[in-house]
Amino acid sequence: MTLLSLRGIRKSFGAVDVLHGVDLSVAAGEVVGLVGDNGAGKSTLMKTITGIYRADSGSIEFDGKDILALDPGQRRQLGIEMIYQDLSLAKQQDVASNIFLGREPTKRLFGLFPGFVDKGEMDRQAAKMIERLGAHLPSINRSVGSFSGGQQQTVAIARALTFNPKLVIMDEPTAALAVREVQSVLDLIRRLKSEGIAVILISHRLNDVLSVTDRIVVLRHGRADADLVTARTNMNEVVSRIVGGGDIAAAAAHEQRG
Amino acid sequence: MASETTQPGFWARVQRASVERLHIRLESLVVLLALSTAMALLSPYFLSLSNFLNILLATSTIGVLAIAATFVIGSGGLDLSLGSVMGLAGVAGAFVAVNLGWPSVLAVIACILAGAIAGYINGQLVTRAFVPAFIVTLGMLGLARGLALVISQGRAIYGLPLGIVYIGQGRPFGIPMPVIIFVLTAIVAHAVLAYTRFGRHTLALGDSEGAARAAGIRVEHHRRIIYTLSGALAGLAGLLFTARVNAGDPTAGINYELTAITAAIIGGTNLFGGRASILGTMIGALIMGVLQNGLTLLAVQSYYQQMAIGAVLILAVFIDQYQVRKESRV
Repeated sequence: MTLLSLRGIRKSFGAVDVLHGVDLSVAAGEVVGLVGDNGAGKSTLMKTITGIYRADSGSIEFDGKDILALDPGQRRQLGIEMIYQDLSLAKQQDVASNIFLGREPTKRLFGLFPGFVDKGEMDRQAAKMIERLGAHLPSINRSVGSFSGGQQQTVAIARALTFNPKLVIMDEPTAALAVREVQSVLDLIRRLKSEGIAVILISHRLNDVLSVTDRIVVLRHGRADADLVTARTNMNEVVSRIVGGGDIAAAAAHEQRG
Repeated sequence: MASETTQPGFWARVQRASVERLHIRLESLVVLLALSTAMALLSPYFLSLSNFLNILLATSTIGVLAIAATFVIGSGGLDLSLGSVMGLAGVAGAFVAVNLGWPSVLAVIACILAGAIAGYINGQLVTRAFVPAFIVTLGMLGLARGLALVISQGRAIYGLPLGIVYIGQGRPFGIPMPVIIFVLTAIVAHAVLAYTRFGRHTLALGDSEGAARAAGIRVEHHRRIIYTLSGALAGLAGLLFTARVNAGDPTAGINYELTAITAAIIGGTNLFGGRASILGTMIGALIMGVLQNGLTLLAVQSYYQQMAIGAVLILAVFIDQYQVRKESRV
């Protein structure tokens, strides 16, 4: 069943055309790798899915609904979450505030005044979520800016998973992590898949992409240039599709070593 | 970078707890107590109920402006037009009451509405025209002041109706009305900033606009509300001032933004947004009030008071940024 379907997505910034009509579809519970050189338009494409950018033309359907006109908050409510490369955390706020940002549960103060944030409930659920991810944080009442990179990433992941998403987009989730942390992110992706949650993984680490994805889409010059089934492709083919000619053998050999 | 294995000392832990639970910086409370003690020792007139009410009365106008400054700075913005908008609002209210002869209620509304409109224009320019807040509100500082002078033809408007004067000079239960209005405003503002979604989104916005946007918060819309709110509060401050001095003075509030912003920063508001509390700002406003009151009691010329406020602002930002660098990895 198709969960997300993009057709003919175009996006330009002033005179710079970034996306020239991208088609992409993701099925429920499918893990799709999105690869391409720097400047190929990967992050821009993802931001048109989350609604941070509005596509100039084309159509985006999610779960059978046209979502092109919806803002990022509405798209999150439908179940589209993204873990940004820069994590997009509010670093002076604590763990629960970040996880629930924009979706804080409320209660009545003294049973009278509505609209007060239920911080106790937020803290409880945040602690539960962090525990489910098997992570350890010094204290959930600390501002997240005082945490290490891996701990901050845990908060960003917890934020993406707390509200039962249907699609999680991860933009270079392993770029800044230690070896053991990389493995736990890859395990997490497999777990999401087993729970029926679709994942789009953007990564330069092709070994990671080849090991967890079902399909690999290569973005080149603002177009979906290739759509490869992971089980029937290999490093050489992926690299040659990314580079699009030139000294493919050398580049592939380098990636293999890496 | 701080090492994770070192245990923070007792003082550091108390500091952290006060920030996390009470939303105040402990240092500001210590400064307030030290300053009060010093003034009490230096002046026999300082420690008395009437002087205490005097300080609160003198702080009420600045305090309301400081609340506005706290919201705006906490959201990562800046409002330099607070003092001018306050002056404009006072003149607008006096004009409605005296020159037009309308009822006091309408004059009250005119004050707050004039402020809100100025703030709304600030917000529109910041979010739609992409002019930096520093420039927009600096421009509004000139615009509002000029408009106040035009409306009043450069002279204070006297002869306010009793209803307005009561707001400034009435004393139910012996407590000055401006103090009552100021304290109520502060309580509501504290609840809004610390405990509502609006307040949390305000701080998140000041912390990281990208994170707020990604979380689905309507960033520009939120900023427009905050600038409008800031203007409306400046309007309220204008009303309090006008009612207290019984005149719509077009020069009211000159340099007040300096004191208001200083109070907010002393109270622990991060100059670059993301951290702010009204409770802290109130302590900051009281520090400014005690400082001015004490220096007056000690017969220090007001020129030196102005210098003291400027110096305190720089010192407060220095201490705050020093703390931030020490605590954070950012």
